[in-house]
Amino acid sequence: METAVPPPIINPEIKFTQIFINNEWVNSVSGRTFPTVNPVTEKVICHIQEGDKADVDKAVAAATAAFEIGSPWRRMDAAQRAILLHKLGDLIMRDQTYIASLESLDNGKPYKGAFNLDVPFGVKQVRYFAGWADKLTGKTIPVPGDYFCYTRAEPVGVVGAIAPWNFPFGIALQKIAPALAAGCVVVLKPSEQTSLTALYLASLIKEVGFPPGVVNIVPGYGPTAGAAICEHHDVDKVSFTGSTAVGKIIMAASGKSNLKGVSLELGGKSPNIVFADADLDYAALMSHHALFFNMGQCCVSGSRTYVQEEIYDEFVKKSIDYAKKRTIGDPFDLSVENGPQIDSTQFKKILGLIESGKQQGAKLECGGGRHGDKGYFIENTVFSNVTDDMCIAKEEIFGPVQQILKFKTIDDVIKRANNTQYGLAAAVFTKDIDKAFAVAHSVKAGTVWVNSYLAADPSAPFGGFKMSGIGREGGEDGIREFCEIKTVVVKVPQKNS
Amino acid sequence: MLLFAKKLGTASSGLQKAYSYATAAAATALPHPLTNVKPRYTTVFINNEWHKGCDGNTLPIINPATEEKIGDVVLGNKADVDKAVAAARAAFKMGSAWRRIDASSRGTLVNRLADLMERDKVYLTSLETLNAGKPYTQVCSFDMTLSIKILRYYAGWCDKIHGKTIPIDGDYLCVTRREPVGVCGLIIPWNFPILMLAFKLAPALAAGNTIVLKPSEKTPLTALYIAQLCAEAGFPAGVVNVVPGDGETTGAALVAHSDVNKITFTGSTEVGHLIQKSLGESNLKRLTLELGGKSPNIVLADADLEKAVDVSHQALFFNMGQCCTAGSRTFVQSKIYDEFVERSIEKANSRIIGDPFDLTTEHGPQIDDIQYKQVLRYIDIGKSEGAKMVTGGGRYGKKGFYIQPTVFKDVQDDMTIAKEEIFGPVMQILKFDTMEEVCERANKTQYGLAASIFTKDIDKALTLVKNIQSGTVWVNCYNVLDAAAPFGGYKMSGLGRELGESGLDAYTESKTVTINISENNS
Repeated sequence: METAVPPPIINPEIKFTQIFINNEWVNSVSGRTFPTVNPVTEKVICHIQEGDKADVDKAVAAATAAFEIGSPWRRMDAAQRAILLHKLGDLIMRDQTYIASLESLDNGKPYKGAFNLDVPFGVKQVRYFAGWADKLTGKTIPVPGDYFCYTRAEPVGVVGAIAPWNFPFGIALQKIAPALAAGCVVVLKPSEQTSLTALYLASLIKEVGFPPGVVNIVPGYGPTAGAAICEHHDVDKVSFTGSTAVGKIIMAASGKSNLKGVSLELGGKSPNIVFADADLDYAALMSHHALFFNMGQCCVSGSRTYVQEEIYDEFVKKSIDYAKKRTIGDPFDLSVENGPQIDSTQFKKILGLIESGKQQGAKLECGGGRHGDKGYFIENTVFSNVTDDMCIAKEEIFGPVQQILKFKTIDDVIKRANNTQYGLAAAVFTKDIDKAFAVAHSVKAGTVWVNSYLAADPSAPFGGFKMSGIGREGGEDGIREFCEIKTVVVKVPQKNS
Repeated sequence: MLLFAKKLGTASSGLQKAYSYATAAAATALPHPLTNVKPRYTTVFINNEWHKGCDGNTLPIINPATEEKIGDVVLGNKADVDKAVAAARAAFKMGSAWRRIDASSRGTLVNRLADLMERDKVYLTSLETLNAGKPYTQVCSFDMTLSIKILRYYAGWCDKIHGKTIPIDGDYLCVTRREPVGVCGLIIPWNFPILMLAFKLAPALAAGNTIVLKPSEKTPLTALYIAQLCAEAGFPAGVVNVVPGDGETTGAALVAHSDVNKITFTGSTEVGHLIQKSLGESNLKRLTLELGGKSPNIVLADADLEKAVDVSHQALFFNMGQCCTAGSRTFVQSKIYDEFVERSIEKANSRIIGDPFDLTTEHGPQIDDIQYKQVLRYIDIGKSEGAKMVTGGGRYGKKGFYIQPTVFKDVQDDMTIAKEEIFGPVMQILKFDTMEEVCERANKTQYGLAASIFTKDIDKALTLVKNIQSGTVWVNCYNVLDAAAPFGGYKMSGLGRELGESGLDAYTESKTVTINISENNS
């Protein structure tokens, strides 16, 4: 649903670069700062206060104080939390152009998408979860004996939220919104590559009037600030989106410290299965977007496109066409579909994997190298004749590189689809009702799309099977992960049904 | 928050959030009423447009504080109802705008209606005060505040109305869809016109239904204004329709209509009977009823006496006794009975009676001449059957349907005033000795809407809670309502529940879909 997009602010003013604790802006305890880089120009945008353990300690202390029994936040009616969240949604929409421009500057994603998708996605999270605030019910339960038994869904407490760089604003809100709706308090560490929109969000949180300490934001690096959050004994829960490798470290850190609950949204190598009876044009187009959206920097990227042999060649041809037509350029240009990759690390990694594809015998159909000579731009790349054992078929590339593999039968492709440590998403394109449900029910993936891709909403649970993650975000299931169940059992003189 | 809290008793920690009317001090925080308020809409609202009534008949609308006519409103007839139902049916067709929009967009529209009511709240609350005679401060701090909260609460449910997937035997995918039930007939009473409208409109719209609303013939003005706000909010034409009129012409036509899928009615038990019969005789449409009550309010000797007296007073006299939940049988344990009666007389005598627009007024007129005469009749019956009237008992002033706050003591269970719903400012105080005795007496009624107990003893509190046949039970409080808590009656106080998640059940129809698949795996 696109609206006419207002022109971007090409040089958005950077207003906030400090650490946000108790609704105040402070410098890092160490005095250190770190740079954030524009991936189009490869130049430093600005320096941000670098949070480390000492700053995390301050933030967690502030959050803990704001969560004390009797505090304004604990005493606030649930419906009032919803009102504050809706107000936050209003302020974000007020500043939609600025936030989208800032996100584009910091992340390199096309401004048009940031305006039409990223910012509204964040607002949807806020409004959806606001609606849950006064609906998190417990139960009364008919236990045996003379007892009155009920459960309360209490907020779990201090939530350590660690956000990624691919959808910085949207995913920060994907965690903050349900946490606040459930009555928790938050310490957020945005990704060091993309802190700016999170810090601007902090200013809106203060403007709305959330009590001090309810949301705190500590920019910094994973091994320092991130680790400090995950190891902190007063953090009750961590919600992390990022790589599987770091997910494992976080889980171990919880085991080492206070057994805090851990929700993880990690990587994927999602199979996208196209049967011969599918609407071929539609399937090829959807499969193109499934891979190239956000420059391939999507956890749910359809990065193993399995196409039934009868339609394989035709499908590859269409895919090449779409890849070649996809425009790459300045994110602030409204006609551009792809910006640069996020930074030089990712840039090098993707080019390395493309090389491996060539060396291992996949057929490079288009693209395959750097685009232009400045900025982390990579050409839209398509490989055909990919086999399951190649690196590009097994490892998450997180770039604009599409793998098209051939399959014969449904049983064969389901086996191959499941032959991975990942399990985030999957898709099937077919008109056949039996095939559709057979794939949907047998593939090990947290989200399965039938004749669609990337259709997601805060109201539907989202998360991974296997090493793609633990827990679910979205929907009632998602918000209840921010609740702790307390069972209360009261002796009564005589129970009756 | 406009809601005003009263510090009740010394035992309460912090502010007690009882939905009591605003005190005079608090009233200064409220916006001043429009004492010259005029009604804006007086005809039939169909398809987001105003229509003349089909036969030209109207009903006069009376200001109960002055007995003067405010204006005339259309008396809708069967033809008007037919038009409205047809519009609602068309708006509900498969493929219509209303059926196609995202559930979350319904939420946006309901929230927008709440915003508009907030924007026009001075006008709406003033109009309600003029038409219903309710004290303006009460309409602001209770009626209007809770109405907007209910709208916002249900706005949040729109995209959360879940069906399930169910692991049945065999090679099947089995899911339930919760679909809107269809064209809903909403019949609203006169005691809380805006609030009762919110109670019904919010969940009906949230679940995706279309509506034909019939406000009470005594108090249609605010409903008609809100209809226009629905159009302004952006609800597609035909989603909300309003046909003003009375029970025996307009209401009856709506209730008997073969193309209406559901009726929800708040009003007297007597009319509830008629409606249920009519549904049986027509198309078995779904039904929710919120009817009368004779709610027992039980005060034990160990209660915080000052708080119990205060809250029991409000429990009866709130809204001039015109509350379905009125605590109209105040059972007081013998040990504290005399003291309780004395203090209750004091409270009744200090209740400030006056012009509803006056910010210090706590007690306005009864709604109309019929109710006024009925209440006075009950007072006479009470006296003649031997109850002891200790204060009040007659008209107040010379103009308007005002009745003095009245208290009876030494009331026995078999007296008429202890059995029948008076719906006026008449308090019955009965004596009891033991918990067992009072639990039994409390249940000896055809009604079962609300009940309460005042005690510090946790065991006694939970004993009443378990024993009483009542849809709502209050412990050490009264009339605490919330958008999220289900509300409704046992026995002849009603059928079904409003508010809360349960409030949505009545407005949805569950469809089970079973799809044969090639091979089911767990």
